[in-house]
Amino acid sequence: MAGAGGGNSDVQWCFSQVKGAIDDDVAEADIISTVEFNHSGELLATGDKGGRVVIFQQEPESKNQPQCRGEYNVYSTFQSHEPEFDYLKSLEIEEKINKIRWLPQKNAAQFLLSTNDKTIKLWKISERDKRPEGYNLKEEDGRYRDLNTVTTLRVPVFRPMDLMVEASPRRVFANAHTYHINSISVNSDCETYLSADDLRINLWNLEINDRSFNIVDIKPTNMEELTEVITAAEFHPNQCNTFVYSSSKGTIRLCDMRASALCDQHAKQFEEPEDPNNRSFFSEIISSISDVKFSHSGRYMMTRDYLSVKIWDLNMESRPVETYQVHEYLRSKLCSLYENDCIFDKFECCWNGNDSVVMTGSYNNFFRMFDRGYRQDVTLEASRENSKPRSVLKPRKVSTGGKRKKDEISVDSLDFNKKILHTAWHPLDNIIAVATTNNLYIFQEKLN
Amino acid sequence: MSGDNEEAQTVEETSVEEKDVQDKVISPEKSEEAKLKSRYPNLGNKPGGSDLLRKRLQKGQKYFDSGDYNMAKAKIKNKQLPTAAPEKTEITGDHIPTPQDLPQRKPSLVASKLAG
Repeated sequence: MAGAGGGNSDVQWCFSQVKGAIDDDVAEADIISTVEFNHSGELLATGDKGGRVVIFQQEPESKNQPQCRGEYNVYSTFQSHEPEFDYLKSLEIEEKINKIRWLPQKNAAQFLLSTNDKTIKLWKISERDKRPEGYNLKEEDGRYRDLNTVTTLRVPVFRPMDLMVEASPRRVFANAHTYHINSISVNSDCETYLSADDLRINLWNLEINDRSFNIVDIKPTNMEELTEVITAAEFHPNQCNTFVYSSSKGTIRLCDMRASALCDQHAKQFEEPEDPNNRSFFSEIISSISDVKFSHSGRYMMTRDYLSVKIWDLNMESRPVETYQVHEYLRSKLCSLYENDCIFDKFECCWNGNDSVVMTGSYNNFFRMFDRGYRQDVTLEASRENSKPRSVLKPRKVSTGGKRKKDEISVDSLDFNKKILHTAWHPLDNIIAVATTNNLYIFQEKLN
Repeated sequence: MSGDNEEAQTVEETSVEEKDVQDKVISPEKSEEAKLKSRYPNLGNKPGGSDLLRKRLQKGQKYFDSGDYNMAKAKIKNKQLPTAAPEKTEITGDHIPTPQDLPQRKPSLVASKLAG
């Protein structure tokens, strides 16, 4: 099982930390809806259904425990979005945070974009560890002094104080989306970002919140003719003119903003041909792409549909270069998965730092890793039962045939309420963050 | 840690087999489809089509017309107000939602348990 080293197939994963409540009674607000490391990996942000953001910071490595990398502890937490009701359209707007994206760090402060269904916000997270003392006109508690008592003049000085981390909303980007926002992506130019809803994609300047440019519009004139929606969108990691968006029909379109202002005409369309004989009622639903992510190199992109993960070479539109089955055994359960709506679950996927391994979630709190070089895959589980510090995670196996081996779990015993939709991989190290319904697990590579 | 190369190969082999023995073996997907159609005979043949997508686009729609509500209240002086069925209808149904039906919108004043 390879790691960030790219060639070592002996990576073992250990439990590091788990955040969140232990009790089984999960409040809806506590359901984690997004997880994202920042560009250095020092910060880890989560968003939940209650509209709250929690940011964890990695402690510097301690000399006492060289065998594990620093732990993540709470750095800041704030209410990002509130529930709203649009009276004009009779529309309830959830406060659930759909996505968080970090901006590359430019100065001492950290910036992130968080979005719910309708509004994107730019948050500044800054540290304050000094405060001014010795004002002439004010007392230490802030009350103004009686001017008659001021007899001398002094220069206020900054004195150290306990670290305070403040989050403040710097921009609110509102009223640009009729439909529900599913993606935001910061451009490599660090000046613009895109936001995508079911039918449109808009381009924003981070400094300007009162206007945005529409760059993709797939809304048909007659809504009866609607056949597909946009499911995800992302900017290329280093080509600031290029972005991709995926659809509910399993296609990915790559657009070049230099070609025209409105990118309805794609520059490339990636679609795997389907055997018409194999087509069923479920085909289109399970081909719907729930996530698209460029590799760090920018040469490849990965898509997640209901049953598989596909890697595409941007130079080849006809078919993916690699396909990995996440939980093929669910193909014979599609009927019940349609009835309980699980077939519409939107799983995300992520790359490791050097693009050699990809990861995605599944049911029963299982998550899967696929090593592209070694052609190996592993299934691991995020559970409190394996939560002894630094205990190595044991690979899990789902038995598909009639005979169930010891330690295997049968398909019918899988808990479909325990889904891992959101995972994130540290940009440089073998540290992963895995979100179950309301808990955040952090696993690290076993270091000797 | 065992690799699961065999799994990918087995799937390929199976689909090849299925093409060969099409008359006798139905793909798991198609047998699931048959199961679904037997349970819901009125299911349309366009699964990914307009209906499903429109349902998705209309998420969050809660219809409440205060005029209708007050008129209904005025007409039914002695009887109970019509209440909504326990299941929420996604597309406008044949009943008028009442203020009692809409869930209370409370902003989260409680801090996240992840920070606890």
